[in-house]
Amino acid sequence: MKDGATRDGYGACLEELGANPKIVVLDAGVSDSTRSKKFGDKYPDRFFNMGISEGDMVCTAAGLATTGKVAFATGFACFLLGRTMDQTLVSVAYSNTNVKLVGTHSGLAVGEDGPTAQMIVDLAYTRAIPNMTVIQPADYEEAVQATKALVDHFGPVYMRLGRPKVKGIYDSSYKFQIGKGNVVKQGEKVVIFATGGMVQESLEAMKLLEGDNINPTLVNISTIKPIDSELIIEQARNNGAVVTAEDHNIIGGLGDAVLEVLCDNDISVPIRRIGVRDTFAETGSLKELYFKYGLSAQHIENTVKSLLK
Amino acid sequence: MNTAQTLETQVSELRQIAKEIRRKSLEIIHRAGSGHPGGSLSAADIMTALYFGVMRYDPKNPKDPNRDRFVMSKGHATGVFYSILSRAGYFADEDLVSYRRVDSKLNLSGHPHPKTPGVEIATGSLGQGLSVAHGIALAARLDKSDYKVYVLMGDGELQEGQVWEAAMSASKFNSNNLVAIVDFNKVAQDNITKDLKDIEPLEDKWRSFGWDVQRIDGHDMEQVYKALTLPLDETKPRVIIADTIKGKGVSFMEGKTSWHGVAPSDEDYEKALKELA
Repeated sequence: MKDGATRDGYGACLEELGANPKIVVLDAGVSDSTRSKKFGDKYPDRFFNMGISEGDMVCTAAGLATTGKVAFATGFACFLLGRTMDQTLVSVAYSNTNVKLVGTHSGLAVGEDGPTAQMIVDLAYTRAIPNMTVIQPADYEEAVQATKALVDHFGPVYMRLGRPKVKGIYDSSYKFQIGKGNVVKQGEKVVIFATGGMVQESLEAMKLLEGDNINPTLVNISTIKPIDSELIIEQARNNGAVVTAEDHNIIGGLGDAVLEVLCDNDISVPIRRIGVRDTFAETGSLKELYFKYGLSAQHIENTVKSLLK
Repeated sequence: MNTAQTLETQVSELRQIAKEIRRKSLEIIHRAGSGHPGGSLSAADIMTALYFGVMRYDPKNPKDPNRDRFVMSKGHATGVFYSILSRAGYFADEDLVSYRRVDSKLNLSGHPHPKTPGVEIATGSLGQGLSVAHGIALAARLDKSDYKVYVLMGDGELQEGQVWEAAMSASKFNSNNLVAIVDFNKVAQDNITKDLKDIEPLEDKWRSFGWDVQRIDGHDMEQVYKALTLPLDETKPRVIIADTIKGKGVSFMEGKTSWHGVAPSDEDYEKALKELA
């Protein structure tokens, strides 16, 4: 199991797959941070640093894709999506071009740069776009495998990555599949559906809960759309109570996606959603922000306990 | 025939086709009961020269990898675009009946979508087409293909900042296989472009962004044809600023904001056809 940021997994995988002439990578002037530079250094002909102009980058990627390329358009999640709602809708999603939007530095996890850099609405936005697949890997290994999967998957995708190093959850025996959730640990009475860095945060919470002999189930939902309804229904039924956990605004993200599945299938179980409570956060370290804004392992621990009372 | 005669024949044929394209554009907009006649008529000569005198394509093989590409960045001008594609052989004249109709088999929507044969990308939100066209131009270089990429923009569209982002990109990458054409008809939707936000001095702007600039009368077919067939610069992308008249060819539509997005009544349609006879 390798520790590392999901953006590092992305960069390493692109570099590894780079010999494939169909792959082109674009960046908006932040390739050192997004790790797309690794591909760029090795394959300069197929790397296009478009400068600080995300709208132009996304549409250029769409143009490249119309000729059969797999176009990875990379940037900080906040600007990559924040500045390209229209371009993403028209040139990518509606045109159904083979563009992979890869947004790094998502969520409060980005830390001290503050709310202008903390993208907390991207899942809500991309989930609402027809034709769009939405993916958020939980660790380095899953990011590597998800990047590989994107090359073979035709169609628009948003992949949400993080800045901080995450403790490894998976080794190479894990098999990522678009549209499939993964049971990280089968427990009982409560199931936690988590995504991204919150999977590791949930594992921390489960360690805390062990002391009280509470053993919830943990499911990693790395494809937010199309979501693994079957697994969500099965686990919600078998465990009987649900917690969702995401580093994203509480509106429109994983929590709501799970609610939609349960609602559409007439499954009535107690549910608590963990996420940013519809507010802009502030500057601070990941640890401080997760604690203050209710995303920490302790919050997950308490939420699970509250469902068992 | 010597070269001068050949050019004269070509240009006079194109003039005749352009007239028929204008009639067809109004016919389909009138039948649909909605659409954008002004910007279709201003672009008719440029579009005719491109498709019937300049571009390399095979309508029977619309995905031919070596085809020249065209991006209709001013996506509202489907009146002229679909009329051109149909005449070029991408689909039948009778298919145009489904223009702007629900269940349109070829998706002849109010704005273009790539489900329609001959359409590369969806447009309709102004300002995106130049970036898309530039992406295709970059791909041509990667694939060592010699096709060219043409993109038509409106003058109002140049108020979108993304156009200038793309202009910087194309010059950064020396994309000399990219030809942008500005249908400079001076009139936008609710105002004339100059009063909305003046885009002049336009030649200076493009030049300072690193482009090879040509300026022509966009209704003088000889000038249009010559500009579109002029050998490209070795390193720079090209922009052709075509001075045009919104609603060109129909006196009561010319230069009017009111004919931006309104279909002609039966009476106006008959009057227009007489002028375009």
